Amino acid sequence: MTTQIDDELWSAIADPSRRQVLDLIVSNGAVSASWLAGRVPVSRQAVSKHLAVLERAGLISRRKQGREVLYQVDAGRLDQAARSMAELAAQWDRRLAAIKRIAEAAHAQNKRRERHDEHADGR
Amino acid sequence: MPDLTISREIVIEAPVDVVWRTITEPGQMSQWFADRVDLVIEPGAHGYMQFGDQGGPVVVEAVDPPARFSFRWNHPLGEEPAVGNSMLVEFTLTPEGDERTRLRVTESGHELRDWPDAEKQRYADEHSGGWIEFTDRLATLLSKRQPE
Repeated sequence: MTTQIDDELWSAIADPSRRQVLDLIVSNGAVSASWLAGRVPVSRQAVSKHLAVLERAGLISRRKQGREVLYQVDAGRLDQAARSMAELAAQWDRRLAAIKRIAEAAHAQNKRRERHDEHADGR
Repeated sequence: MPDLTISREIVIEAPVDVVWRTITEPGQMSQWFADRVDLVIEPGAHGYMQFGDQGGPVVVEAVDPPARFSFRWNHPLGEEPAVGNSMLVEFTLTPEGDERTRLRVTESGHELRDWPDAEKQRYADEHSGGWIEFTDRLATLLSKRQPE
């Protein structure tokens, strides 16, 4: 609502096996689908589907090298995903800090009023 | 708790009932949250929050004074919010003595939007590590790898 969340980015990264695929690409640079398929516990077909989703979200891009298609991460887009999550968290930190300020001020005022009432009663 | 939940907390030097009023009274909510809060604090109540020139519907889910308050938002206009089309914001208040309260807020649901049910379930079953951790780790890996 206040921070625009990119739905495609979210759903691309939210899936654990997709994250695993992305993780492998980040750690290993440009890799092929069959290389990936040998390292994740899902079918080759599932890997292709995950790659398509990641590519659509702009998180990875492909290039041809000889007869192979290699996938590599788009660092800028990934950074954008990390930033939008961090921004959401920071937004809640700001709200919590404001709640703290308001509640503590209200509490201090209540205490002053109590003391004032006690004082008035004592007279 | 599924993955992709934002969870933040703060310790407030005020009794739990004071904190409760701060987060649930619409007049006070407008001081820390939206610019305009048009909401009745009772389960199932539909309301609206305005942020600058943006705004959206909000539906109250749990009201359990002075311990728990939750609502759903960010669902598509005209749809009833439910798991899968909205975010759940949940406040949990824990007294720590007479004049101190621990306030936690979680926002979840990012991971569940528009997913087939089977995938949601699998996701819940398999969850491991937090989102923040994941992105931190990726950021570290990325910084180690120089651009090609």
